[in-house]
Amino acid sequence: MTSAMRKAISAVFAAFCTASVLLALVPLGFVLFFVVSQGVQSINLAFFTHLPLPVGEVGGGMANAIVGTLLVSGLAAAMAVPIGVLSGIYMAEYAGSRFAASVRFAADTLNGVPSIVIGLFAYVVGVLPFKQFSAAAGGFALGVMMIPIIARTTEELLLLVPPTMREGALALGATRARAVFTVVVPAALPGIVTGVVLALARIAGETAPLLFTAFNNRFFSTSLRQPISTLTVQVFTYATGPYEDWHRQAWAGALVLVAMVLTCSLLARLATRRLERMHAR
Amino acid sequence: MRRSNSRSELAFRLGIGAFGFLIVAIVCTIGIVLAVQSMASIRKFGLSFWLTRTWDPVAGEFGALPFIWGTLYSSVIALLLATPIALGIAVFISELCPQPLRQPLVFLTELLAAIPSIVYGLWGIFVLVPAVRTVERSLPELLRGTPLFSGPPLGLGLLSAALVLAVMVVPFISSVSREVLKSVPTAQREAAYALGATRFEAIRTALSYARTGIIGAIMLGFGRALGETMAVTMVIGNNPRISLSLVAPQYTMAAVIANEFTEAADELYLSALVEIGLVLFIITLLVNSLSRLLIWSMNRTSRVVTAPEPVHASA
Repeated sequence: MTSAMRKAISAVFAAFCTASVLLALVPLGFVLFFVVSQGVQSINLAFFTHLPLPVGEVGGGMANAIVGTLLVSGLAAAMAVPIGVLSGIYMAEYAGSRFAASVRFAADTLNGVPSIVIGLFAYVVGVLPFKQFSAAAGGFALGVMMIPIIARTTEELLLLVPPTMREGALALGATRARAVFTVVVPAALPGIVTGVVLALARIAGETAPLLFTAFNNRFFSTSLRQPISTLTVQVFTYATGPYEDWHRQAWAGALVLVAMVLTCSLLARLATRRLERMHAR
Repeated sequence: MRRSNSRSELAFRLGIGAFGFLIVAIVCTIGIVLAVQSMASIRKFGLSFWLTRTWDPVAGEFGALPFIWGTLYSSVIALLLATPIALGIAVFISELCPQPLRQPLVFLTELLAAIPSIVYGLWGIFVLVPAVRTVERSLPELLRGTPLFSGPPLGLGLLSAALVLAVMVVPFISSVSREVLKSVPTAQREAAYALGATRFEAIRTALSYARTGIIGAIMLGFGRALGETMAVTMVIGNNPRISLSLVAPQYTMAAVIANEFTEAADELYLSALVEIGLVLFIITLLVNSLSRLLIWSMNRTSRVVTAPEPVHASA
């Protein structure tokens, strides 16, 4: 092969790589463009303050679904943060042990379990015995999804804390628990909080695990034992329904979801940047 | 003093170890619970459940072959579309891109993974499906005669599902591939350049050095595609018929559970749906384990500790 030809191949390859970046950004741009343009046209104050109207009537909002999403995600976090953070500490502290490796494997496995399967599991455990769809079951499903994300993030961030800090605490006579909880974890805390926020953003956007756990509710509810409406399930119902006005509301719901995810991602990115700068010093 | 210290050390280890154990327990419980609930269906149909192509709940006939087919077919097509693009992105960001562009590009590509599935689904129904329908209508007659494109151009169908899936798995494959490429020793590339290699040839050396990890990355994407529910449910057309046609509406395992579970009135119907979930659980478990094994062995041989799991939009 002549050197000109080899150079040409190299240039074509570089062009292909550049093109694939652009190609991936096209759908991102399209999705964001449609969500924003359609959503902005559809969103109004009533969307945040009113309940869904009976079929056929134009207007109404998703106030109950917004509250539902907050409630169910809050439940999930209440369940997943302690379990996730503590098991993350375990994996980081006993990183070399065989059991820590099993926990890591289980966490990665759980992270890869399709969300619809988590929904089935939560249905059997949290709905079937009580013969009732409930907000609690929905929170449980999302909590199960959230645990491995928080556990792995916590583990990674703890491993970034300089070992000298822990050694200093131990040298001063602190027990391992004390060294971990008063020195190592606080050092990693901003990162862990960022991780929790990202995990929350991700599970708040989940639909499949809620379809047959939290189910849906046309009315306002904050009861843990009743079915509850969530933004995602409501968007699904409206998007697959036959009415113009439902579609309009579905876009508005999607806009709220995307705005939430974008805000969390941007905040997290700013926070990690600041952390990196602090570490660089 | 020493003694009480080692006792408190043990208490600490067991205390937080219990929470680690909880994660292991949850994974096992999911498997057991699903297996127990699908017993009715397993007993009734046995293996024929997975070999029969009739799904008629009203008549009490449950054959899951169409769902297996639809899941595998849509995921494979999605990977065929996504893999070259994802690898192109990984190479561009890790090898070609000017430094100041790197972080923003990582952020943008990972944003693709952060957008909720339901939003992709909504966009799929109202934007992608009509677009795909227009393309399908304008296909030349000759092409529409072939089995790959036969059937009425509805837009709702396998092609739309595969396109949405491709968009959704690109960030996973590219971010893991990027990590893997990072772990290729610089000496590899430098040696290639020293021998007079062009940029492409040097990168090819790096890619072939990293191939185990890259296959792992692709399998991770495969695992994601298999289990993806909402977006696929909304655009694939939900028709339990096995077809080679990309135009035809089909059905996936995740989609049938999402659509029919709340309507399943009798016990056998429910049990059949749970069995589909059980098998989906087992398949994704195998695919993910294999993918992690590959990524891990790659990282181990190059002695670089990396965290392959893409925590979306972070770091």
